[in-house]
Amino acid sequence: MTREPTTERGRLRVRGFDADATTDVDWSPDRGGRTASRRARAWRRFSGNRTAVAGLVVVVALLVLAVFARPIEVAGVTVQPFALAPYAPATTDVAPASQPPSLAHPFGTDWAGRDVLSRVLYGGRYSLAIGVVAVALGVGVGVPLGAVAGYVGGWVDEAIMRLVDVLYAFPFLVLAIALVAVFGQGFWKLVLALVVVGWISYARLVRGEILRVKEEEYVLASRALGVPDRSILARHVVPNAIAPVVVQATLDVGTVVLSAAALGFLGLGLPPGTAEWGSMLSASRDTLMQGQWWVTVFPGLAIFLFVLSINLVGDGVRDAIDPQGDSRREAR
Amino acid sequence: MTLLRARGLTKHYPTEEGLLDRFLGNRQWVRALDGVDLEIREGETLALVGESGCGKSTLGRTLLRLEEPTAGSVYHRGDDLTSLSTAEMRARRADLQYVFQNPTSSLDPRHTVGELVGEALDVHGVARGRERDDRVRDLLETVGLRASHANRYPHEFSGGQRQRIGIARALAVDPELIVCDEPVSALDVSVQARILNLLADLQAEFGLAYLFIAHDLSVVEHVADRVAVMYLGELVEVGPTEAVFSPPYHPYTRALLSAIPEPDPLWEGDRIVLDGSVPSPVDPPPGCKFHTRCPVASEDCGEWESHPDLESVGGDHAIACPYYDRVESTFGGD
Repeated sequence: MTREPTTERGRLRVRGFDADATTDVDWSPDRGGRTASRRARAWRRFSGNRTAVAGLVVVVALLVLAVFARPIEVAGVTVQPFALAPYAPATTDVAPASQPPSLAHPFGTDWAGRDVLSRVLYGGRYSLAIGVVAVALGVGVGVPLGAVAGYVGGWVDEAIMRLVDVLYAFPFLVLAIALVAVFGQGFWKLVLALVVVGWISYARLVRGEILRVKEEEYVLASRALGVPDRSILARHVVPNAIAPVVVQATLDVGTVVLSAAALGFLGLGLPPGTAEWGSMLSASRDTLMQGQWWVTVFPGLAIFLFVLSINLVGDGVRDAIDPQGDSRREAR
Repeated sequence: MTLLRARGLTKHYPTEEGLLDRFLGNRQWVRALDGVDLEIREGETLALVGESGCGKSTLGRTLLRLEEPTAGSVYHRGDDLTSLSTAEMRARRADLQYVFQNPTSSLDPRHTVGELVGEALDVHGVARGRERDDRVRDLLETVGLRASHANRYPHEFSGGQRQRIGIARALAVDPELIVCDEPVSALDVSVQARILNLLADLQAEFGLAYLFIAHDLSVVEHVADRVAVMYLGELVEVGPTEAVFSPPYHPYTRALLSAIPEPDPLWEGDRIVLDGSVPSPVDPPPGCKFHTRCPVASEDCGEWESHPDLESVGGDHAIACPYYDRVESTFGGD
C-alpha cells in the first residue's frame, strides 16, 4: 500500500479549493468602540421587563417613604429633615383611640390613639432594614463558606456541608423561634436569628456553582497560562458562579421580610409596641374581631406590596442575567 | 535539540470515588497513560494520533503538568517538571503553552478578548500599560483578527475566530512549544484549512514546536515532521512522517492508515477493519495490548510480561511490535 502524498509538508494547497479564499474572519463593517458589557446588556433586558420595572418602582417608593417618614438625627445633627408622616410613630392620643379612616387620619388610629399611617410609613424602616441587613449578612457568611467548600473540597467541604445539612433539617421558622427564645428580642437579635437560618441556602448554591465552574475548560486554560489560583478564583470562578446568588438574594429579601413579620406576629420579633409591620399586626389582631379592620389591613397590605414587588424584581433579575437569555432573545 | 522529553510518563485515574468502594479497597484505576517515552524537538511538529479515548489529550495535559502524573518525569531545559514547585512551574508555563480543542468552552465568556489575551501578559510580566495594549493588538493581527476586536466578547465570534483568539493567547507569552489538542476538529472543514495554515505560518515566523494531537491522519500527513501513534495509553510507533506512512508498519498503524478515505474512486485498497472496540483501559489485555484486535497476532502476543518496547527499525523510526514484518507479508507491500 503505497499512498501518494497529496501535498508537501507545510501549508495546505488543495486542488480546486483555495483555502485562503474562504473566510472565517468577519469582514462586516467595524462597529468600532467597545461593545456593551454584560452588565449593560443585563440592565437593558431588565428595563425591557415591565412587571420587573413596576416592582422596582414600588420597592424604591417604599424605601423613599420609609427614609423620609420622620427626620433622622445622627449624634444630635439632623441629616434628613423631611417628615412625610404627620406624627411620630410612638406618639399616643393624637386623636381619639380606634377611629376609622378619616381625612385627618387616612389609615385611622389604633387602640392607643396612634396614627396608623405614620406607623406604617415609619415601620418600613424596620422591615426593609431587617430584610436587607439579614440577607447581606447571610450572603456574606454563606458565599465564602460555600466557595471554600467547593474549591478546596476534601474534609473542609465535608465539615461545612454537614453543618448545612444539620441546619437544613430544622424547619426554618421553628429554628428562628428557638434562637429568638434563647437570645431574646431586639433588632440585632432578630437579624442574627434570620442570618443563622439564612446563610445555608447560599452556601449550598455557591458550592454547587463552584463545582460546576471549576471543571470548565476556561479555568484549565487559565492554569495553562500560569495564572495563580487566587486570581483564577477571583477573575474566572466566582464571577461565573455568582449570578444565581444575586437572584436568590433578591428573592430572599422578600422571604426574610415575611419571616420577620411572622416572628413579629408571634410576638417574637421586635418589642411589642414597635412600629414594625409584623408587630403591628400582632398587637391589633384582637381588635379585628371588633370590626376595626384598618389597624391590621394597612400594615398587612404594606407587607404584601413589598414582598410582591421584590419578587417581581427578583424574577426580572433572573431573566436579565440568565446566560441563555442572549441566544433565546436572538432566536426570537 | 530536544525541547521536552518524557520518561515513563504514567497517569492512572481512580474510577468510582464512592465512600463504600474506598472503604472496601476495591478502587479501580483507569490506566490512561502507561509508561510513555517521548521527545519533542525544537521547531518541529510532532503529531500524536490514535483512536478516541487512547490517552492523547491526557498525554498532552500531563506533559504540561495540567494533570499531575502518577509516575514518570518530564524534562525541559534539564529540569524535571514534575518536581518543580507550583510557582516554578507557573513561570515555566511561559515556554509551554496549550491550545484547546473547543474554542468556545476554553474562553471565559465574561471577559473581552483583550482581557483574555492580556491576562497572559500580566501574569508573566511581559508588558504593562500602553505597551501591553499594543502587544494585544499586535497579537490579534498576527493571528488574522483585527486590533479593534480586543473590545469584543468571545460570543461575538465564529468558531474559527475563537480558535484564533485561543492561539493568540498561547502566543502572547512567546512560547517554545504549543500543545495543540485537536485544534481544528471542532471547526468547519474550510476553516480547518485556514487554521492549519495559520499554525504553519506561525511556526515559520516564531520557530515554534508543536505537539499536534489529532485523529485525522490526512491532516497529520500535511502538518507533521514526526508522528507518534498511541494505543491504550502506550506508544506503538514513532518516526518521521514519511517513515510512519510507508512500510514497515506497526499492525495498528497499518489499520489506521487503511481507514484514510482515498479520493480516487478506482483505488482498490485493502481496508483492514478492526473487530470490536478498544478494550477498557480499566482492565487492559495482558501482553501486547493490541493483540485482541491485531490481524497478525499469534498465540504468544498475549503471554508477554508487558507491552513490547519501541525498537528501532532504522534511523528515527521505532515500532513496538516484534512481528511487524508480518504486516507486509500478510497484506502485501501494495
